[in-house]
Amino acid sequence: MTDLFTEPELLFQHNPEQPFQLPPGLARLRAERPLAPMRFPDGHEGWLATGYDEARTVLGHAAFSNRYELIHIPLPGFSGEMPPAPTGDFLGLDAPEHTRFRRLLAGKFTVRRMRVLTEQVERFTADRLAALAALPRPADLMAAYAQPIPALVICELLGVPATDREWFRQAVNGMLAREGTSADDIMTNWTALNDYLRDLVRAKRAEPTDDVLSELTTSDLTEDELTGVGVFLLGAGLHTTATVLGLSTLALLMNPGQLATLRENPAGAIEELLRYTGIGGATVRVARTDVEIGGELVKAGQTVAISPIAANRDPRRFGDGDALDLGRDASGHLSFAHGVHQCLGQHLARVELRIALPALFERFPSLALAVPVHEVPLRTTANMYELERLPLTWQD
Amino acid sequence: MKVIVDEARCVGGGHCVVTAERVFDQHERDGTVVLLDSTPPEELHEAVHRAAMLCPAAAISVTA
Ligand code: SF4
Repeated sequence: MTDLFTEPELLFQHNPEQPFQLPPGLARLRAERPLAPMRFPDGHEGWLATGYDEARTVLGHAAFSNRYELIHIPLPGFSGEMPPAPTGDFLGLDAPEHTRFRRLLAGKFTVRRMRVLTEQVERFTADRLAALAALPRPADLMAAYAQPIPALVICELLGVPATDREWFRQAVNGMLAREGTSADDIMTNWTALNDYLRDLVRAKRAEPTDDVLSELTTSDLTEDELTGVGVFLLGAGLHTTATVLGLSTLALLMNPGQLATLRENPAGAIEELLRYTGIGGATVRVARTDVEIGGELVKAGQTVAISPIAANRDPRRFGDGDALDLGRDASGHLSFAHGVHQCLGQHLARVELRIALPALFERFPSLALAVPVHEVPLRTTANMYELERLPLTWQD
Repeated sequence: MKVIVDEARCVGGGHCVVTAERVFDQHERDGTVVLLDSTPPEELHEAVHRAAMLCPAAAISVTA
């Protein structure tokens, strides 16, 4: 077979009229060659996985590495090399270095512990609903609801004292790239958060309280590593959950017939919303040895970009995957990835979504989009969807 | 049915607990899987197969 190289632009096409539509080129590629050669922006000749089986196999395969410094990045315009993972960012490590962090953290994120957090999430949700109701309409769901809830949960996990939470929230907001923030702003806030977390680690070591960070101070992690883990948790847990909460709200407003199912079976409904709104532009892995996947030979050193959104809608796995169907069994979707790097905070994200999403529609039964769909500022230019604002309105 | 877990592979994802909580639990210390019942009754077989399928680290295997 002659190798026609796919271009990575395919991953980031976006139709503002139909924000949840899979780029048609990705669907075609998935049908024709679910693992296809792709030329990366830096010239690297690697692969793009769009099929469910192919994507899942790569993510779960021991031959693939996630060391940042080995990977080529499929972002258009990105040509530089990646530095190795910063201290504490264990996502960019392989076993056994990865395993050390993963084990330490997994003990703090067990299913049982996440269930214990439920009451706190309910409290945060009630507070934010009240705050939202008091706002002039249209109100921005992202700023008033979708971003604060995961931020409060992270504060709880890290043990950020109540008096620091407002500062913390603003610094976190300032760290997220969005309209009107410059690279300098982002850097300033990032440094401030780093310094804050380092002080927090020291404070918890001196005087432990009842939170994940305090517990981790008794592990063999150094102060640098622990600070890095804190930064990593912020990066991993805030923006992602907020975006899925916003996108799920948007998807439900566009499919109001499904609201009854959300009420009846929130757990199943959330799973389907995670599948359908999956926010990943591309996940990447690099082969350490030659490996054959789905009849294609991936050579040692080659990077495979995985499109979770294409895989999540593969008709071979999910039937009519382009339809939102809250009644379907969507388990096994790849929105939290797969393999040893599968999202550590996924059950926490589920708890947050399961509480915050139905509560929103219950409190505001007349909830409606305040702008036409194509004006919702949703971008796919970065590595994942960015939902900057979601202007909503409702009747009393 | 006989269920086998490979603790060395486990990454503490917890799918097994969510899917079949009478068969699997997690260690408080590091989140790794604890097998509660290696020969679960018939009515749990489907859930166990599902847990094995969902496990991100292929740490659960099932023999007849
Ligand atoms: S699902 Fe697999 S990785 Fe997760 S806790 Fe169970 S055995 Fe371990």
